[in-house]
Amino acid sequence: MNAPSASSKLDRSDARRHRSDARRQYWCDTFTLWRRNKLMVVGTFIILVLLVVAAAAPLLATQGPFDQISKDRLIPPSAQYWFGTDSLGRDIYSRVVYGSRVTLLIALLVAAISTPLGMAIGVLSGYFGGAVDEFLMRTSDVFLAFPKLILAVAFAAALGPGVENAIIAISVANWPSYARLARAETLTVKNNEYIQAMRVLGASNLRIMIGHITPMCLSSIIVRMSLDMGAIILTAAGLGFLGLGAQPPTPEWGLMVSDGRDFLVDQWWVSTLPGIAILIVVVGFNLLGDGIRDILDPHQRQN
Amino acid sequence: MLQYLSRRLVTLTITLLGIMVMTFFISLIVPLDPLASIAGPQAPQETVERLRKLYGFDQPVYVQFGKYVSRLAKGDLGESFQTGRPVLEDILAYFPATIELATVALIISILVGIPLGILSAVYRNSIIDHFARVFSLIGVSMPVFWTGLVLLLIFYFKLSWFPEPGRLDIMLIEPDEVTGFLLVDAIIAWDWEVFFDALWHMVLPGFVLGMWGMAGIARIVRSSMLDVLSQEYIKTARIKGLAEYKVLTRHALRNALVPAVTVIGLTYGGLLEGSVLTETIFSWPGLGRYLARAFLTLDLNAVVGGTMLVAFTFCFVNLIVDLIYAFLNPKITYGE
Repeated sequence: MNAPSASSKLDRSDARRHRSDARRQYWCDTFTLWRRNKLMVVGTFIILVLLVVAAAAPLLATQGPFDQISKDRLIPPSAQYWFGTDSLGRDIYSRVVYGSRVTLLIALLVAAISTPLGMAIGVLSGYFGGAVDEFLMRTSDVFLAFPKLILAVAFAAALGPGVENAIIAISVANWPSYARLARAETLTVKNNEYIQAMRVLGASNLRIMIGHITPMCLSSIIVRMSLDMGAIILTAAGLGFLGLGAQPPTPEWGLMVSDGRDFLVDQWWVSTLPGIAILIVVVGFNLLGDGIRDILDPHQRQN
Repeated sequence: MLQYLSRRLVTLTITLLGIMVMTFFISLIVPLDPLASIAGPQAPQETVERLRKLYGFDQPVYVQFGKYVSRLAKGDLGESFQTGRPVLEDILAYFPATIELATVALIISILVGIPLGILSAVYRNSIIDHFARVFSLIGVSMPVFWTGLVLLLIFYFKLSWFPEPGRLDIMLIEPDEVTGFLLVDAIIAWDWEVFFDALWHMVLPGFVLGMWGMAGIARIVRSSMLDVLSQEYIKTARIKGLAEYKVLTRHALRNALVPAVTVIGLTYGGLLEGSVLTETIFSWPGLGRYLARAFLTLDLNAVVGGTMLVAFTFCFVNLIVDLIYAFLNPKITYGE
């Protein structure tokens, strides 16, 4: 009876090697696909720059984001003030630099709140089916019945303005699409044989859902989330612009565009430059999202 | 089809009820006391209490909700704290301007988006394709409010090619209101000066609002066109010697446009939400600007009523889109 156990030991180490080889191959393929997709490289670069700027904001900024230099109000872009100054004499370049933190914070927190929420609801709904499914999906229908911005604005208005409430409001408007996706994914995997096997072995519903179904939903959720990032940032900036998101003196880009509206004709830089920052970051996220979708697409991997 | 329609109507009813619950919930979570804003900060306690009774804020939540639904059933959305007029009246007065702008924006985005998507797919990887893709990438990435400001700055303030924000030149007299749509009213009144001025005023906001839709439509048309062009029957059509433009128009385009219908429907919803920002910038007297103001001043009845109306419209548009889709695509049979 010794021989079989020895061979199974061998098998196991073999299997482990195969697995690690396969994993390395996977990441190599991913890297090749990434490098080949030039637009995605551009997107990645933009987001990396955003991360660096947000992390090193105090080093990159030439002034504090709240410093008001009252003698230098509404100065056009110059060597001293790269993007000019606003009506309170604050350096717009420094505020744009610090604004990257606000934007990043909003985008990441919205993703961190709405994806797990949507995923949990979707998996529950798809796994149990029946009345639970009906209730949860009709609820998500109601949320989907509102255009996203309108729902976010309504919630932001009701909760009161501020960055935290903007994050909650956008998350509220965002979760249903993730729930839909996770539900669809759950429905396709829940009747697979390996799930049946788990059940026969006596695994609890919770364990099956967390350990074996949720991971199957992850890749499509990640794709959707990365495609949504740009839209989330645009919504947050829109809230800021309307005065329902970040409040002054927060250096939020949407709010800064709104600040410059009264000086649009003669001091164009106050409004337009922070808007360009929004545009570039959203372009970056959209390129990255498109790229991630392509990379995770199994058809692409074949060739 | 009939069965599908009836099932669809049932879920629509449930959704509409849900929308009522949701809007009611929004009005509940407001942390500020709306009474304080009506009565003013210095109002004596008794006045506030009297108002609380008057508006029914002293009753339990479920009673308030019941009253809310029965009020809605009568078409009563309450009074706007801001204008002092019934919200429904306000909304009906502002809605046509929004619909008109959104429709113009949709037409612009279809007229630009579909040809762009087709050209992009037919001349894949050419300069046209690259241009179209960059254009649609930037189109979906631009903040609407920023685009609006930049275009105003360039084309109104600097170049004066387009007129000031608003619906009509202040020197012109609005035609008698029949439909509320300025363009239609101008035609009815046979007032071409007003018609062209109104149209001229619509170009910039329509373009800003349509920019986003254009990008989405061009994207979907491109990808579905590419999809169709790789099908066997297109090859067959080419092999049998059909002229290329006939292959494209008769065989490819027809099938490629089916998915575009869905996107166009969704775009209309997106245009409704975009109108909040666009109308604010272009001083457009529509629902979007009314809503933005209501949100800012926490004019609760207007917020709830306006949000609800937008959601209802959105649902209705989606229903129509689904029906058109079912009609266009014989492969889909619902309700079996």
